[in-house]
Amino acid sequence: MSRETDEFLIEKGLFLTAISSVIVIALIIIFIFWEGYPAIVNVGFFNFIFGMDWSPSNGLYGVFPMIIGSLAITGLSLLMAVPLGVFCAIFMAEIAPGKMRKILRPTLQTLSGIPSVVYGFFGLIILVPFMRVQFGGTGFSMLTASLILTVMILPIIVSVSEDAIKSVPSEYKEASLALGATHWQTIKNVIFPAAIPGVITSIILGMGRAIGETLAIIMVAGNVVQIPTSILDPVRALTSNIAIEMGYATGTHYNALFATGIVLIFMILILLVIANYFHYKKKVTVGGGYL
Amino acid sequence: MSSKYLLAIIAIIIIIGAYLTLTTENQYERIEIAGSTSVQPIAEKLAQVYMEKHPNVKINVQGGGSGLGIRSVSQGIIDIGTSSKEPNSNESKGLNRYLIGKDGIVVVVNPENSVDNLTKSQIRDIYNGNITNWKDVGGKDGKINVITREDGSGTRSVFQKIVMEKTSIKGDAVVLTSTESVAQAVDGDPNAIGYISIISFKGNLKAIKVDGVYPTEETISNGSYPIQNPFLFLTKGNPHGVVEDFLNFCLSPEGQSIVKSEKVVPA
Repeated sequence: MSRETDEFLIEKGLFLTAISSVIVIALIIIFIFWEGYPAIVNVGFFNFIFGMDWSPSNGLYGVFPMIIGSLAITGLSLLMAVPLGVFCAIFMAEIAPGKMRKILRPTLQTLSGIPSVVYGFFGLIILVPFMRVQFGGTGFSMLTASLILTVMILPIIVSVSEDAIKSVPSEYKEASLALGATHWQTIKNVIFPAAIPGVITSIILGMGRAIGETLAIIMVAGNVVQIPTSILDPVRALTSNIAIEMGYATGTHYNALFATGIVLIFMILILLVIANYFHYKKKVTVGGGYL
Repeated sequence: MSSKYLLAIIAIIIIIGAYLTLTTENQYERIEIAGSTSVQPIAEKLAQVYMEKHPNVKINVQGGGSGLGIRSVSQGIIDIGTSSKEPNSNESKGLNRYLIGKDGIVVVVNPENSVDNLTKSQIRDIYNGNITNWKDVGGKDGKINVITREDGSGTRSVFQKIVMEKTSIKGDAVVLTSTESVAQAVDGDPNAIGYISIISFKGNLKAIKVDGVYPTEETISNGSYPIQNPFLFLTKGNPHGVVEDFLNFCLSPEGQSIVKSEKVVPA
């Protein structure tokens, strides 16, 4: 084979590997729309999105309570995981002595390696009874689900944020210290602001995992289709709805579950757009280039 | 050039792979079974014993739910569909049914609960929301935490048909997706009520007498315990060859003793 054909084959080969993920996503989206569209037409767009009742055996397909459920669980878990994760990342990147880091990092890696069913089972036998004793009710609640999710997304937020903080050029830190700022002032006013785009990326990734998580949520959230009035009410997430009923669904019910998937895709797209907007806005410009 | 070696290796792998799949296809007779998750353990056990006796047969047992079992067997995707409910007249067209055993659904509460007898209509009122406090059915004062299974589950549809009749389970009942998680939840909550298959019923929970009858193998077998459902094997048309032989084995005294050893009530 000549050098030119080699070169040609490698270029096209690399192109194929790069394009394959796009093709896969496109196929999945087309398929989901193909299967879900009939249900949206049957039920009616507004009845589907803003319907308050989900009762397939009575022909009612309203996903609004589940949209709220997904958003509420994800929001609450981010509310807990972001401060915890970001401060942990600052500690690990800036303050922790080497030994401490050697303990923390594998611990966090283990946390992210635990399968979600194990988190769910842990939640079911430890956390649910604990919540019931502490707060009353059944123990199956939005708060229980959010707590489990917090632990699940923490490793992502910590590791990505930590990388962002570490990649801030050391000249920044040196300059700030040389001007007489304390270490904390340097972290607060120089290092952290410069690392914000990376921190936002970590939040996006965490959010993506939280909104897509299914199994652990099914086991602890109670799966009641209702708009929660307090954080101690049981809720059902969009993902749970699909997973719970897929095995049994036929006809319109089956299509409606795919339509639930369409809603989920749009929600994730909207959240990604918002998050990317902030990511872009907060970019620090240094000497004509982005940091 | 290394890409040539790579090609050669890939070619060899493909040839070996093709050879292996072709020869295994020839060596074994296969039976595909799928359907109800409550029938799955007993079907696996029967398949295991049958395969030990007939090394040339491979039986693959999968879950997926009664609905999936009925659907797949009607479409001819699998050889035997399992179901924990009677298929309705629409679904059962062209299907042969074989009663492998009977299952009882036990209404369970926490051992700390003082209630031990409920009528069917009391259970219905608890599940549709008319009764919300244990003291209304003779227990201690406490809100009843109702736990149910997901819409479509075989256990739920039997419970719905026999206990709920025309009424529906209240919307704010906690929905759990497996027998095991219902058992766990009731085990940890003194005010909870749930229902599970008798196969999964263990001593850590308290079974409720329904209309005065305690769920046992005997009361389920003679029909006096009201909440029970069949374990069915379904085939499309009349089975042939190994499938027929396997079904005969399941219904034989030996097969039925295996059914019994799994705590399922023999047919």
